[in-house]
Amino acid sequence: MANVTMIEKNMEQVTRKQAVVRVLVKILVYAFLIIMALIILFPFYWMINSSLKSLEEYKETIPTLFPKHVLFRNYAEAFDTASLGSLFINTLYVGLVSTVLSLIVTVLSAFAFARLEFKGKNILFAGLLATMMIPGELFTITNYATVSIFKWQNTFLVLIVPFLVSVFYIYLLRQNFLQIPNELYLAAKVDGTSDLKYLWKVMIPLSLPTLISITILKMMGAWNSYVWPRLVANDANHKLITNGLRNAFSTTTGDVNYPVQMAAVAIVSAPLFLVFIFLRKYIMKGVSRSGIKG
Amino acid sequence: MKVVLENLTKIFPSRNKDGSEVVAVNNFTFEIPDGKLIGLLGPSGCGKSTTLYMICGLQAATSGKIYFGDDDVTNLEPESRGVGLVFQNYALYPHMTVKQNILFPLQNLKGEDKLSKDEMLERAYNVAKLVQIDELMNRKPSELSGGQQQRVAIARALVKMPRVLLLDEPLSNLDARLRLQTREEIKRIQKSTGITTVFVTHDQEEAMSISDMIVVMKKGIIQQIGKPQDVYDSPVNLFVAKFLGTPPINVFNGRVENGAIYIGEDKVASANGIENQEVIIGIRPEGFILKENGALKLKLANVEVMGRDVSVVSTKEESANPIIRSIIDADNKIEEGKEEVTFDIKPNKIFIFNKETEERIYLEGQTPTYVPQKEEEKVEEPALETVEETEAVEENTEE
Repeated sequence: MANVTMIEKNMEQVTRKQAVVRVLVKILVYAFLIIMALIILFPFYWMINSSLKSLEEYKETIPTLFPKHVLFRNYAEAFDTASLGSLFINTLYVGLVSTVLSLIVTVLSAFAFARLEFKGKNILFAGLLATMMIPGELFTITNYATVSIFKWQNTFLVLIVPFLVSVFYIYLLRQNFLQIPNELYLAAKVDGTSDLKYLWKVMIPLSLPTLISITILKMMGAWNSYVWPRLVANDANHKLITNGLRNAFSTTTGDVNYPVQMAAVAIVSAPLFLVFIFLRKYIMKGVSRSGIKG
Repeated sequence: MKVVLENLTKIFPSRNKDGSEVVAVNNFTFEIPDGKLIGLLGPSGCGKSTTLYMICGLQAATSGKIYFGDDDVTNLEPESRGVGLVFQNYALYPHMTVKQNILFPLQNLKGEDKLSKDEMLERAYNVAKLVQIDELMNRKPSELSGGQQQRVAIARALVKMPRVLLLDEPLSNLDARLRLQTREEIKRIQKSTGITTVFVTHDQEEAMSISDMIVVMKKGIIQQIGKPQDVYDSPVNLFVAKFLGTPPINVFNGRVENGAIYIGEDKVASANGIENQEVIIGIRPEGFILKENGALKLKLANVEVMGRDVSVVSTKEESANPIIRSIIDADNKIEEGKEEVTFDIKPNKIFIFNKETEERIYLEGQTPTYVPQKEEEKVEEPALETVEETEAVEENTEE
């Protein structure tokens, strides 16, 4: 009997110990997560905080953690001074058109590289992959030379066309297409499905998560691009949002109205936030997809 | 719809540097009668799937012709042939429901064949009822069991009302119990629709149990065609004899001497009119009759009782396999501790084969049920044939 109670006691001790360890681990993990989240969120907080201050308050030596007078007016002012409206429209236009066109190019070429049989397929694909080794900055110069010949400066073409083909996206989607069993293609063939219809009805739905990732990346790329638009499209009609923000708030005295600029930045970041929040679900969905046995 | 294959050949270009081609299907000629279920049977790599893909049009034949009825379909695209194909892994579209999967082939019909939405639904539901999945129509494939997915795949193949139904290893992804059930199901569906059906398998039991006719293949060459029982009872060569039957046939090295068959010193059967020579002897497990002082003396290893019958495991020096397995009725009693067991051999269960070619030598009272194609008959494309035939002989001697 004595032995049995000993064991019971030990078990109790062990159980208690394990519970304590579990709680400790949880605390550590959550502490880490919270700290990381704070680090990531702080710039956003600071952006919103600053955007609601007056210029005087902003310039105080000891920054305030919360504005004394909340100035929503800054947002209206930002919109007007920077003519954000037209910048938005320009950027959206470039972003949407280049994303749609880029998706079409990517899907078709990924399909060709994944499913079609033609001579030199592998060599061609290797060649495409090789271009990924060249740093993007190098393209800036050659692209500039090319578009100068076409006299494309200050058009929307120059903002869209040079970046339509992304080898990385093609590679990404091709890998995804390759994972779709060949039998599905053969089955569709027997049922009289054309390649295009098969692509549209089967491959695209099955690769939706990847396509959405590509869309987000491409949209962000268009939204955030800075060097190239600044180089080739500086007139008001084609100016994109990043360049607009950079220059709009400098006054003649060289003084910059930072709170208003911050307000503008906040406005500009909002669409990307929305895209992320709405599409997050689809990205996660892609992980657990299966329907084929064997 | 009867299906006729005429000198069908498929050659794949070589992947090796020496440039040797791979002959996957070599000069197939046979006719599949209307409304029958045919099993293409052979070990993996024997060209049975390639044959199936050529019938459905996914692979082009290198030479030869394919007829559905009187129509030459050799150069037709798969969708114009009117075939339904079921894949080994079912190949259901994972993002569509069962209903959408079954409707998919109908939505591709063009011109006169185009159906209204209601007609499509009606046909989809009819075929779903036939394969008993009409209650699963709104599920996704991932929510179905293997057997159910298989039925959906069959329904999708049948919904177009194909002239020929093709099944590629339809049961190999199912567990043993489901396999048995599904093969009955396939037989039932095939019977009730009357569609000429070809199915491919490497499992001889599966093929024998449901086929009206089996085609045994080896390395791209047809070995034997016939009713399952006929092929089992009268194999044309050692390969076919070994490939059919569980437990497998017992093989011995022996000889014909003065009109009798000898295994070692045991004279097991008579062989009137056959020259003296070394032969390979095959005896089916059920061909043994337990008898005191019987013709064949074996060293007893083990007796396995299986209820209905008894499986006697024994050994002999001349046996080509490590053990000899004979199945006898459970009424026969074998004393425990015996070292030797003797049998008489049923004359219709013993086959002898030429030692070199492994072709069958027919004994008195045994008649061939299938005559393999003679070499002279294969006259098309002489350049190719000569190469292949030497290859074929080499392969045979390897065995």
